[in-house]
Amino acid sequence: MNESINLKPGQINGETGIWEMVIGLEIHAQILSKSKLFSGASASFGAEANSNVSLVDAAMPGMLPVINEFCVEQAVKTGLALNAKINNVSIFDRKNYFYADLPQGYQISQFTKPIVGEGEIIIDLDDGLQTTIGIERLHLEQDAGKSLHDQHPSKSYIDLNRTGVALMEIVSKPDIRSPQEAGAYVKKIRSILRYVGACDGNMEEGSLRADCNVSVRKSGEEFGTRCEIKNLNSVRFIIQAIQSEAERQVEILEDGGKINQETRLFDTSTGETRSMRSKEDAHDYRYFPDPDLLPLEFSDSWVQKIRETLPELPDLLKKRLVTDFSITPYDASILVEEKDYVDFYEKAANGKDGKLTANWMITELFGALKKENISLSNSPISPENLGQLIALISDGTISGKIAKDVFAEMMISKKSPSDIVKEKGLEQVSDDTEILKLIDKVISENEDKVKDYLCGKDKLFGFFVGQVMKLSQGKANPGIVNKLLKEKLK
Amino acid sequence: MSDLLKFDLLSASIALKNKEFSSLELTNAYFEAIEQTSALGAYLEIVKDHSINMAKASDKNFKNGTARPLEGLPIGVKDMFCTKNIKTTASSKILENFCPTYESTVTQNLWDDGAVMLGKLSCDEFAMGSSNETAAKGNVVNPWLKNSKMSPGGSSGGSASAVAARSALAATGTDTGGSIRQPAAFCGITGLKPTYGRCSRWGIVAFSSSLDQAGPLTRTVSDAALMLNSMAGHDKKDSTSANLEMPDLMNYLDRGIRGKKIGIPKEYTQDGISDDIVTFYEKSINWLKESGAEILPVSLPHTKYALPVYYIIAPAEASSNLARYDGVRYGKRNEAASLDEMYEVTRGNGFGEEVKRRIMIGTYVLSSGYYDAYYLKAQKVRRLIKEDFDNVFEEVDYILTPSTPTTSFELGKKQDPLTMYLNDIFTVPASLAGLPGISLPVGLDKSGLPIGIQLIANSFDEPGLIRTARVLERNAEFNFIADGAAK
Repeated sequence: MNESINLKPGQINGETGIWEMVIGLEIHAQILSKSKLFSGASASFGAEANSNVSLVDAAMPGMLPVINEFCVEQAVKTGLALNAKINNVSIFDRKNYFYADLPQGYQISQFTKPIVGEGEIIIDLDDGLQTTIGIERLHLEQDAGKSLHDQHPSKSYIDLNRTGVALMEIVSKPDIRSPQEAGAYVKKIRSILRYVGACDGNMEEGSLRADCNVSVRKSGEEFGTRCEIKNLNSVRFIIQAIQSEAERQVEILEDGGKINQETRLFDTSTGETRSMRSKEDAHDYRYFPDPDLLPLEFSDSWVQKIRETLPELPDLLKKRLVTDFSITPYDASILVEEKDYVDFYEKAANGKDGKLTANWMITELFGALKKENISLSNSPISPENLGQLIALISDGTISGKIAKDVFAEMMISKKSPSDIVKEKGLEQVSDDTEILKLIDKVISENEDKVKDYLCGKDKLFGFFVGQVMKLSQGKANPGIVNKLLKEKLK
Repeated sequence: MSDLLKFDLLSASIALKNKEFSSLELTNAYFEAIEQTSALGAYLEIVKDHSINMAKASDKNFKNGTARPLEGLPIGVKDMFCTKNIKTTASSKILENFCPTYESTVTQNLWDDGAVMLGKLSCDEFAMGSSNETAAKGNVVNPWLKNSKMSPGGSSGGSASAVAARSALAATGTDTGGSIRQPAAFCGITGLKPTYGRCSRWGIVAFSSSLDQAGPLTRTVSDAALMLNSMAGHDKKDSTSANLEMPDLMNYLDRGIRGKKIGIPKEYTQDGISDDIVTFYEKSINWLKESGAEILPVSLPHTKYALPVYYIIAPAEASSNLARYDGVRYGKRNEAASLDEMYEVTRGNGFGEEVKRRIMIGTYVLSSGYYDAYYLKAQKVRRLIKEDFDNVFEEVDYILTPSTPTTSFELGKKQDPLTMYLNDIFTVPASLAGLPGISLPVGLDKSGLPIGIQLIANSFDEPGLIRTARVLERNAEFNFIADGAAK
């Protein structure tokens, strides 16, 4: 490696020069719906194996799918949030293949006419820059069941609880150029899904998974042959898998080899991808329109009604926070990461110093919650109490230092800051005569140092402030202490 | 006892209400008839205890004055309908011991209206066939010319044979390309295929989802009206079921057809139709004319493509619909070393020849590279066929055609699949267009086999179909009884 070359993210410095990555993502998001896409069975996670299975899910003879309208609404909502074209007519197709956890022998999906067409989103990168990623489409489809191969020496077990659960597949355009962008893209999609409430975005439970299409090329060249890495369930794995896959491809190409278009799996233990099946082994899915379902049709006015229910989305919300609360774009982007962050912040900052509130929330509150491993929704400090604490600081009732002690007490006792301040007598002392009494005491006890100071040892000023503060048990208003000390020691 | 078998569905219903006999007596008479005609092989399963309980319940309702429209009338059910706790096999080995935990909407509608279930009737395997020779449990025999072992037609061959043999007062059938109308024609009874969407498909073993439709096989047109009244209706569990109220068909029986226009499509008069059928077709035209209808020649130019289109679309859908019979969750399984091998042996042994042939055709026409040339093109032509009918129905009210090009043929007289497929040449176009059609017997050919005539109406015009069919029925005065019928 040539150390002197300054590589941008997504670039690989090979023997023959610099390669760039071309990445496209297919995100499978489980719709936050009580029941499945085409059956009334429960879609809840973690139930006993095969307990959430209807006759339709088990593909009993003569059973028919009936579309879950709530899921259609969620797909449209998400499409609108992705600034995408909503298709008023879409079609469900059957994707045919045999597998033990696919009872029907086909997955109902949308192939030629998806419910949502092209759109785009803006992603935020670590360096503060933003870039736009195109959305190719979003379609509705059924999840398959789960095969368990490790329960018995010679048999496989099947759990059909997931069978028929509603998924949205969100397909990006091949606009992504680095693993970091891919990570930021997934985070943004996840955030949007959570804002509209269409998906809980829980990657550990598999509610959000991604397939990554990766190819490499020299700058300006045509797209190379791509490989698809299946079923990645964390942002960290997505970043690792793409990096390792791109490096593998560069190595092959530089050795004079060719990339086989294939499906690959990411091995989390080795951090590398391995072949799952090649294009030659790819299924012929024999897609055709599902004759059990009518085309999905809805009116513009129905879409408009859904549009009116859309919450304020992160990009616009961020702008508004910066304007309304005079906070930095950086703080705003942290606060809009989750809908409940913003809700908390807006309650806390209502009528208060927005910037100070943001600082306290991001640094103190998030820090403390993280340390205790508590989510914001379970925070012992309510937004109202945090706001009250900010008010007490702003109006000089307590100092920033005392506020930290009050905050710590709030975390434990859940009491309001004003109660704590009252109980412990922590009100800041701002009365000149009281503070002068303290100053006089400090001066009389440190006559030598006063002399030294007056002879030019300026550094000692801090010492006097410290002594006064200590004497006041931290309650003296440091601004007034400073002002009065300076006058006294002229 | 045999006197009871003379009653058809409607007259039996009236007699039961007048307490001329009880449902239990009637049901027992049918069990005797089933025994007498068991050599025909129409029944796969009889459920005597269940039937007797239902009949007793019906008699109680008569006593209490709470009789429902089909109260106490014993009927048979084609084995394509899932029946709760009663074996449902679709005449296939792969489902040989399958017992559903649910009841199809159509049969539930019938029981809710008081009908008594006699048992399950044989059919071609997964309703694929036109002779009832593809049933796993063996052929069903047509009760006509009983010594010659004629085919009852298919796929609803068991239903048609049982109604003609008077071992069921009426029966349910399903029609995908002619599976109600062709066997009705072969067995000298009435078979009605309603408009696609009129009857719920929920709980009916699927063959071709865009074509399958349940309907009645009965002795008379009035019986068909009475039975369809109960079978039809919107069902939220079937997305393709029409949300339309069907008028009481019994109100349309005797309205006549004065001033109605009947279309005679020129494409349906072709070589290969037997002379006797042509004769009765012409007679039928005259009967309608004499009854005050206007006869008009019409053209359905895409008719010749109907059969090839049907034999692309139906197998395509079937290849996908039958994928669920994989030995994993229910039905027959042949164990093997790997999952793929298990599929191969299970499906290889479980399905019969004709079903396998259609699965292979269907898989082929849906394969990438062939999809556009076959399936997509077939869908386009299907639309043209529908448009042909739309255009004709601008000019006429009903279309009259023969039901089949020939009368029944001998069982086991091996026909190649293509010749067999030609049986449905007159029934398939209306199926592709989703239109309602009825076949009713109008006479016998020289050898003594029944001849069926088909009427086709516009979508959801079952009332018109019934009233026109009644006019034909009255003129034809078909009062023959099969020599193989129960006595």
